[in-house]
Amino acid sequence: MAVLTDRPATPVARRADRGPRARVNRILGYAVLIAFGLIFLYPFVIQLGNSFKTEPDAAANPLSPLPDSLTLAGFERIFAGTNFPLWLGNSLLVTVLVTLGRVFFDSLAGYALARLRFRGRAGLFAAVIAVMAVPGVVLLIPKFLVLKQLGLYDSYAGLVVPLLADAAGVFIMKQFFESVPVSVEEAARIDGAGVFRTFWSVVLPMARPALITLTILSFQGSWNEFPHSLVSVQDPDLFTLPRGLADLVSGSLGKGTQYPLKLGAALLATIPVAVLFVIFQRYFVRGANEGADKG
Amino acid sequence: MATEALRAPATTPVKPPRRRGGVRGNENIAGWLFVAPVIVILGLFLLLPILMALWVSLTDWNGQGSPFTGDVPFVGGDNYTRLFTEDGLDRRDFMTSIRNNMYYVGIVVPVQTALALGLALVVNNRMLKGKGFFRSAFYFPSVTSSVAISVVFLFLFANSGAVNKLLALLGINGPEWFADSRGVLHLLLGAVGVDNPPGALTSGGPLGLTWWDWLSGPSVAMVSIICLVIWTTSGTFMLMFLAALQNVPVALDEASTLDGASRWQRFRHVTLPLIKPTTFLVLTLGLIGSWQVFDQVYVMSQGDPAKTTLTPAYLSYRTAFRDFDYGSGAAISFVLFLIIILLTLLQRRVMADRDEPRRARWWRRRVPERS
Repeated sequence: MAVLTDRPATPVARRADRGPRARVNRILGYAVLIAFGLIFLYPFVIQLGNSFKTEPDAAANPLSPLPDSLTLAGFERIFAGTNFPLWLGNSLLVTVLVTLGRVFFDSLAGYALARLRFRGRAGLFAAVIAVMAVPGVVLLIPKFLVLKQLGLYDSYAGLVVPLLADAAGVFIMKQFFESVPVSVEEAARIDGAGVFRTFWSVVLPMARPALITLTILSFQGSWNEFPHSLVSVQDPDLFTLPRGLADLVSGSLGKGTQYPLKLGAALLATIPVAVLFVIFQRYFVRGANEGADKG
Repeated sequence: MATEALRAPATTPVKPPRRRGGVRGNENIAGWLFVAPVIVILGLFLLLPILMALWVSLTDWNGQGSPFTGDVPFVGGDNYTRLFTEDGLDRRDFMTSIRNNMYYVGIVVPVQTALALGLALVVNNRMLKGKGFFRSAFYFPSVTSSVAISVVFLFLFANSGAVNKLLALLGINGPEWFADSRGVLHLLLGAVGVDNPPGALTSGGPLGLTWWDWLSGPSVAMVSIICLVIWTTSGTFMLMFLAALQNVPVALDEASTLDGASRWQRFRHVTLPLIKPTTFLVLTLGLIGSWQVFDQVYVMSQGDPAKTTLTPAYLSYRTAFRDFDYGSGAAISFVLFLIIILLTLLQRRVMADRDEPRRARWWRRRVPERS
């Protein structure tokens, strides 16, 4: 994890670190860090603070992170007055299924593309690369068409099945399997284990870091997925969290801005990914940099 | 659901493995079985739908029944020509969305690239402590839900919201962000005294919009979306720059320091050339991503006010799913598809050309330049 380690300073570098000029530079550096730290984090602080405010308080003092008088009214209305629990359940179901599917199917395909010699492999890999370049947003109408045609529109299957595999995940797994030495697999194969057996009980356990990266990327991706749910379902009972949130904002709440409620709902929708981020940060970083390897 | 995809490979005819080279024969079948689920899913939900949409873009399908029956009127290239050559609402809306997105890209891509590089340089500074925390802070917005973040920014940019309260502290009277359709360039011209557009600019212009319309700049409402997007994407690109910066050999930097190169010279002549591939990548990804802006527009503005936050992606959605004109909607998304692919190719070309002449010269001369 090159990104997370600091390189030790050499004597030349250490000499440059001292002196008054270095101190000015350091102070400037911290000033920049703190200023941007505020820009990037304060919106979340505002969100947190205002979700515990009364509506007039949030409207009058939006900048202040502290409520005049702390109230849970917004959150109570999220659970009593909206379909939030339903959206949460749908999101959990979709996310778990999509994540399981992606991790399994992407690693199968990634392994085959990295290790198994079969006719058409090079062509298939080129196709995977090409598919990664297809912009997702131009697929809205196409996806709707195919789901309608297959009778999957407005169903859990429509929400889940199209997301069960993704080209980027296949690419990540292929890259990983190529970096693993072949010798272990060969030993297993010589011992008479079949291809799937070798993959399942020898190769996959070694792929833990890549599997965690892929799990996290898939979880985050499907938890936050919005456009797909927009074109695959219209039944409010099948809304996922992002879809439900968007619905709240577009005015299904009726009167008033109800910002504490909206901010609270958005906050609750953010928490799972935030927790994951705090725990598995370096895998997120690795995931982001997989993008850099593609180039 | 999942089992469907699992069962799919079994239905494809499997030839018995040839005797010779048993392992190789095994691998041929196993290989295809392993990739089969991915092929089925991507084929069924990515390639096939693109072909279906291509067909629909040549029809007048209104969403009723199947688009693949004889009842659906085939209109040929009409949906496309209406976007480009026929004067009318369709072309005006489409060109407006193109204009909006061009200003959006023109600001988002350079600013997020510069900000990402700047943040990466600061976070990469070996003299500072606590960098890990700030690196996470800058990156965190990128991993959150676009819809949830849009809700937060709606609140921040509300009429009496946090941003306007901040501006008030500086003595500035903030605008009503999401109700303000005035173009930023028009406002700037207004500030230097050009209140009424010159007649030459309002009387005509290319592709259904007047020159004055083309030169509006992003609207005030669009600016708030631009702020949101720069804020959410810079962190990811910062990580890419950071990875590249950590691959710059320390020795090289030190050697140039000892040679008396200034900080700027080192950045300009040592660091920047070394991270060029990453810069290219960030620019390309930024360009591709920012022509796809959709979620934020859907949640924050729905194309309003006065269509100034309409983007091709959102227009294609709205045309199909709100106006039930699926043919036009599909046509718009294919044009968008083309724009994105062309920009990617063009930029690759530019970057390759910039490298090419030097290399070509070097090959032709065959003599070291400094001898």
